Amino acid sequence: MAITVLLIDDESPFVEALAKRLLKRGFVVVTSTSGPEALTKLQENPSIDVVICDVKMPGMDGIETLRLIKSERPIVEVILLTGHATVQSAIQGMRLGALDYLMKPCDMDLLITKIHEAKGKKSAHENKIAQALIELEGLPK
Amino acid sequence: MSPINKNHDSYYRSLTRNIVLIVVSVSVIPLILITLTIRHFSQTSFKDNILKYLKVLNKEQNQNINGFLYQRLADISLLMDSYTFDQLANHTFLEERLKSLQKISNYTFVDLGVVDSSGVQLSYAGPFGLKSADYGDAPWFKDAIRSDTYISDVFLGLRDIPHFIVAIKGDHNGSKWLLRGTVDFEKFNSVVQNIRIGETGVAFIFNKKGEIQTNSRLGILLDVEPYTSYLASTTPDAGSETTIRTLKDNGVNIIHVMSRLKNGDWVLAFRQTEQDAYKSLYAVRSLTILIFSIGIVGILMVSAVLARRIVSRIKRVDEEKEILNEKMIEAGKLASIGELAAGIAHEINNPVAVMVEEAGWMQDLIADADPGSIPMVEEFERSLNQIKAQGVRCKQITHKLLSFARKTDPVPKRVNINEVTREAITLCKQRLTSGNVKIQVEFTEGLPPTRISPSETQQILVNLINNAVDALEPKGGIIRISTKREDDYLVVDVSDNGPGIPKSIAPRIFDPFFTTKPVGKGTGLGLSICYGIVKELGGEITVDTEEGVGTSFHVKFPVSKVIEKEAKS
Repeated sequence: MAITVLLIDDESPFVEALAKRLLKRGFVVVTSTSGPEALTKLQENPSIDVVICDVKMPGMDGIETLRLIKSERPIVEVILLTGHATVQSAIQGMRLGALDYLMKPCDMDLLITKIHEAKGKKSAHENKIAQALIELEGLPK
Repeated sequence: MSPINKNHDSYYRSLTRNIVLIVVSVSVIPLILITLTIRHFSQTSFKDNILKYLKVLNKEQNQNINGFLYQRLADISLLMDSYTFDQLANHTFLEERLKSLQKISNYTFVDLGVVDSSGVQLSYAGPFGLKSADYGDAPWFKDAIRSDTYISDVFLGLRDIPHFIVAIKGDHNGSKWLLRGTVDFEKFNSVVQNIRIGETGVAFIFNKKGEIQTNSRLGILLDVEPYTSYLASTTPDAGSETTIRTLKDNGVNIIHVMSRLKNGDWVLAFRQTEQDAYKSLYAVRSLTILIFSIGIVGILMVSAVLARRIVSRIKRVDEEKEILNEKMIEAGKLASIGELAAGIAHEINNPVAVMVEEAGWMQDLIADADPGSIPMVEEFERSLNQIKAQGVRCKQITHKLLSFARKTDPVPKRVNINEVTREAITLCKQRLTSGNVKIQVEFTEGLPPTRISPSETQQILVNLINNAVDALEPKGGIIRISTKREDDYLVVDVSDNGPGIPKSIAPRIFDPFFTTKPVGKGTGLGLSICYGIVKELGGEITVDTEEGVGTSFHVKFPVSKVIEKEAKS
């Protein structure tokens, strides 16, 4: 099954280019140019596995978006992407449950590795939950 | 530099001058006032005392001399009262009386005589053989016969020797007669001459005509005007009051102390130059002037030295302040450059990211397409690779910029500065061994550990060592790396004996993007990143450089008090 990626960045040319490249590599890509839009898209698409999010955005920034995504859909893995690494935002991002923190412009292979890693983590989580549910449902029987 | 700098010297000079002026005026004016006041009052009172003393002395001597004269009168009077005219007119009897009188009065009387109203000496006792001498025309006789008692002026008389006569008038059967005695001039003189004051002080007696009645000690001809005018000025019976007059004589101030003798017939005069009378005052005065002058010279010297010392200290403080100001400006400049750099880095990263992604996309498209369908496909691929490579370079530059602006992660740890330095040297081994560069290491052992980020510290040191190696190329040279402690700082020095940094660019070496290396070789960010990191760690980085001699970078890291305490315990 193809991995569904939600791409969030206020820089639309970047989103477009990256989306095309990811699509070409077999990912399902949903794009968004702001935090609120991303949150709607996330609700519309329950199939989204991994979120790639820019940290510095006008209005709702990456950290805030990350926090909201995590509270809405804790199972979704988030990879932060930024023009530059500020220690504070990196630490904060990690603390809020981001998977990793990548610098722009980032290497495509590295990004893909990270996406797979995120997907793997998410699947493991889902399996565990499914397992738990089965156990939970199975027990009384 | 600034226009203030040009005026600095004159400013400090006027400051020195002002301090000297203030100190001198504050100390000299009171000194002058005190000296003058004391001098005035002490002088006045001293002079008063001297004059008073002279007055008292004069009065005493006046009484002495008057006493002497009246004693002689009393001697004669006693003779006249004790014996009859007939007895005294007897020559032999008179001789006996003279002898006994001389015994009593210490030979003051030279002779005795009885003179009748016509001036003929009836009897005489004495060495001159003046019996029957006729004094009828002698001035003294004329005066003596008119008054009850009489003391004459000094005169030569018949015997041709200075003397004076004491006479008492008697009455014998209605006719007047005189008992007269001659007083030994030497005896009388000794009374007066014994009065000596200081070096120039002498005593004289003058009569109304201004004739001297005593031997002059100095043997000089005196201007008698003050004495005669004194005698003439007031009534003779004004008695024993003493007058002081200071008169100029041949340009010398002379003090005259005068009092009346013999009912105002004579004047007893003391005569002394002011110079002599006030000798000790003048001595004190010159001593005062000496002390005063020494004091003034002392004040001048001390104030000059003091002012110079104060001003040099002020100058030093000013200079330090100026250096500090420059440092502050430098730091502020670098900080604002840092902010700007961070902003630029951030803004550039996004478009670069887009470019790299687009290039990647093109590469993806080429990879998918039929290799034959695109002309010169290799050129396209090479070009796209170049775009990606340059994008990565941009990224590196911006990341360095950001680390200068302190936006990356430092994780401070407790580290030994020697270890960190040693590791940094190891990291540079590759470069150090390749050229003709020798490395000297001088570590101070037992330095306290400090809390800094080891990777960042290494970054700084590697940077400095690399710069040193670059500076030494291609000739080679020596790099000296040492650690030591200076007050509350651990200092790592990285020195080379390369060509040094030209003066014109030395102030700019910490500026971002400032480089002397060829394009593409250096970003000009190395030292500015070092600067940023060291500042962040609370330290300091400075450089000493001299063209043709070499360059030394000093990196100071603060010693953590807490760690030091822990390390000790």
